[in-house]
Amino acid sequence: MHKQLMKGNEAIVRSAILSGCRAFYGYPITPASEITEAAALYMPQAGGVFLQAESEVASINMLYGAASAGVRVMTASSGPGISLMQEGISYMAGAELPCVIADITRGGPGLGNIAAEQSDYHQVVKGGGHGNYRTIVLAPHSVQEMADLTALAFELADKYRNPVVLLADGFIGQMMEPVEFPQRAIEPRQPEWAVAGTAETRGNLITSLHMDINDMEQHNRALEAKYRSAERHEARAEEWYAEGAEIVLVGYGIVGRILKAVTADARASGINVGVLRPITLYPFPSFNFQRLAKRARVFVVVEMSNGQLLEDVRLALNGARPVEFLNRMGGNVPSHDEVLAFVRELAQRTSSTIRPSMEQEEERVAHV
Amino acid sequence: MNAEKRDRGLLRVDVDECKGCGLCVEACPPKVIGMSERLNHYGYRTATYAGAGCTGCGICFIVCPEPGAITVLRAVKRPADLGRRFDTAIAGASECTSN
Amino acid sequence: MSNELISDYEVSHAKPKAFYERYARKEELQHQTHFCPGCGHGNVHKMLAKAIDELGIQDKTILVGPVGCSVFTYYYFDVGNVQAAHGRAPAVATGVKRSRPESIVIGYQGDGDLSAIGSAEILHAANRGEHITVIFVNNAIYSMTGGQAAPTTLIGQKSTTTPGGRNAATEGYPLHVSELLATLEAPVYIERVGLGDNKQIAQASRAIRRAVENQVRGLGFSLIEVLSPCPTIWKMSPVEAQHWVRDVMEKTFPLGVFRDRTREAQPRPLPEPEPALDQIPRILGIADKDLPDGSSAKNARAEEVDLRVRVAGFGGQGVLLLGEVLAEAGLDAGLEVSWLPSYGPEMRSGTSNCHVRLSSQTIDSPLVTIPNVLVAMNEPSLRKFDVSVRPGGWVIYNGDTFPEDCVREDVHVLALPFTQMADELGDARACNMVMLGALLEITGVLPQANIDAALHRLVKHSKWLELDERALARGRELYRESMQELAYES
Ligand SMILES: Cc1ncc(C[n+]2csc(CCOP(=O)(O)OP(=O)(O)O)c2C)c(N)n1
Repeated sequence: MHKQLMKGNEAIVRSAILSGCRAFYGYPITPASEITEAAALYMPQAGGVFLQAESEVASINMLYGAASAGVRVMTASSGPGISLMQEGISYMAGAELPCVIADITRGGPGLGNIAAEQSDYHQVVKGGGHGNYRTIVLAPHSVQEMADLTALAFELADKYRNPVVLLADGFIGQMMEPVEFPQRAIEPRQPEWAVAGTAETRGNLITSLHMDINDMEQHNRALEAKYRSAERHEARAEEWYAEGAEIVLVGYGIVGRILKAVTADARASGINVGVLRPITLYPFPSFNFQRLAKRARVFVVVEMSNGQLLEDVRLALNGARPVEFLNRMGGNVPSHDEVLAFVRELAQRTSSTIRPSMEQEEERVAHV
Repeated sequence: MNAEKRDRGLLRVDVDECKGCGLCVEACPPKVIGMSERLNHYGYRTATYAGAGCTGCGICFIVCPEPGAITVLRAVKRPADLGRRFDTAIAGASECTSN
Repeated sequence: MSNELISDYEVSHAKPKAFYERYARKEELQHQTHFCPGCGHGNVHKMLAKAIDELGIQDKTILVGPVGCSVFTYYYFDVGNVQAAHGRAPAVATGVKRSRPESIVIGYQGDGDLSAIGSAEILHAANRGEHITVIFVNNAIYSMTGGQAAPTTLIGQKSTTTPGGRNAATEGYPLHVSELLATLEAPVYIERVGLGDNKQIAQASRAIRRAVENQVRGLGFSLIEVLSPCPTIWKMSPVEAQHWVRDVMEKTFPLGVFRDRTREAQPRPLPEPEPALDQIPRILGIADKDLPDGSSAKNARAEEVDLRVRVAGFGGQGVLLLGEVLAEAGLDAGLEVSWLPSYGPEMRSGTSNCHVRLSSQTIDSPLVTIPNVLVAMNEPSLRKFDVSVRPGGWVIYNGDTFPEDCVREDVHVLALPFTQMADELGDARACNMVMLGALLEITGVLPQANIDAALHRLVKHSKWLELDERALARGRELYRESMQELAYES
């Protein structure tokens, strides 16, 4: 496989088509528009459907239709558009329809701005629509992960018959990095539950309606069982020098990248720090937190929102360790210096023991 | 019975499905449909065929909002040696009043 | 005897086969519909089922049901069923039909569903000429939720939310969906029919069949609006309600054909054959054999590379391209690279900048907050980023004189009128490449072969390619000259 330089947003579409996605419905919004534009270019060439819908309400319902018909389908948007999609996401979760939604977040609330924030965490991870449902949420932190997690998103969407959200910030969407793709495209599949306009599928029904109260409860119990299973099997996180670290920095997406850089510097100056980067935000990798809490003194949540990730970290730790918090909003990024200063100050305050500097350890982190 | 004297049409009402809206009574051109004296066991007065005079036009069928409450039959002539193809019991309408 | 005719009876009108024999998805009373006595939905269901029977399309039909009294279409129709959110049936139907063009996709909607909450979806589906059939049941009220006003409620008509009757001054006028959609170019067939009397009902049945047949023939968007009685909410007997459709509703909503282009309409062209799976990587531009193997000249230098560049200037100065060529060349040299643009408001308001990293190690953060090289293509950019440059780093500045107040003792500076020099080469817009040339000469991290490879990949126009090559060379030269001058001076 050869690497090429590509924007995160463009990598998503390539990976989607390789994964057998053959329909894209979307509505332009910065900073997600490149995804829609790339889909407009490539989807028809791959024999798929591309349509710019009249709104995000329409796009998500077009996804509902295409998914009902048994096609792998996706859309992309950002905060305000995702808000409009919540109705359809709830319906798709209720009707157990797979789809992939890329949310390239921007500033909010309201029209906010178009700079990168992580403030869609709650509406995406907690399920901004109505009813008892969850969406699986994957949070890439590099262009390669934009590609890889898109492929995973389609797999998980099918496996759990549930919407999967790829939650990335504007930076990950807009930046270019080398990326490589598998050279074999996946054959578009034909699920037996779909309504495909054929004699075999004539008896099939796609609905989220359950008039009978017991039926409705049973459906919810079945969804719950599915979510529990996803929680057991799909939680993913990256640990970066986290094993045995006394200070564990927690952040996803672009923040995860900054935390790695900070870790390199902090360890070089003798602070025993590591990074825990959630890759799945739902299911939340609580296990990693619980395990690291055995050695860690304190966790530091760094995010580009108002404490949304913080809530899940606190839940995962359940009081086992104190949680410190550093955040920036509005499009500001917690800078390397800012985080490093925070960590240094914290290390002093908690009189963290001095550990061998990183140079003496396995050379895994980039030289700074 | 002499074939020439038979009605051109025949009408069957499924008294379980009929909700007694009365649209067929209103719509029937020869006015051969009425409402039953007795209520069916869901509490509706149902449509009843007067027993004679149906022209087989099918209007009662299309004004009836229930998919299968009314079935209309039309008289056809065929060589006798083909025998009777249709015995008046209709699939799915076995509980019909025979009007 | 054998040739004598006898009279016999044959079924001429019976429950269509497109209905289930028994409505097993219903909780109870599985032998009859859930509709109230005299409800028009039942008639419309029956007409639609009959059309499906007659056209022989039961296996191919996908019915998209609405939210409203007719939410349970799937109880009755023995076809593929998809139940949509309130008002969204046209969008759902679009998603189905576009991916399954061979199927017959029928949307079924009430007037609240279609003309209120779903007004955007129906308008745009019609305007795109989606190859679907829409059955629109207009009973001038929200029935399922107990009789609130709809956009189609008549002037003066009472509802639970217009207790004094609909008042045009505050609630506007009844919405004429068929007329409205008939102003669009794409629809092929639009007709309003009624369930007001026998004749109207017979016509409604014909129209519905036609609307479905249009789709079978591949013609395009068809919509049938059916004025339909709701005796329960209207508080009338079924017969009164039927008469009200004809005598009152029809005055506001005249029946008739509003669009008929079934003669002119061309059947939809067959979709292009799908490419073979093994063609997909090539189509996506990611096939290995089409990609450079990244080895024009591997970076042979022994020492570690850790270049952190911030490029900034006005939009249109080629800020992003400068960074991209650098990153692409780095990749070609086998280095780890990242390129991160500023986007959005800054870009729109005319300034632009990007972060570029080239490293022999894995790149942790792609953000360059402390650059070791700043390429400032104008003064505001210099002022903004000058302070961030790492001590011992470089500032390459596009300007004759370096502003006094920006001078730092701990950084190197190359300040030259690069724009003017590019202009002398033939085009001021090549300024970015002259500056890149200087940067490459200063840092010495990349062999020229990698730069050439990157340039060939990114600059397609031969005129520009030639100019950019000269510009890069000029930039290198300018740096060398300035070093010589320095040497003379000292
Ligand atoms: C988003 C949303 N808002 C409101 C409702 C409640 N609701 C259900 S049906 C309906 C009105 C249906 O009216 P119409 O489309 O005219 O159909 P009818 O019942 O008259 O046949 C409403 C408002 C809903 N289901 N979803």
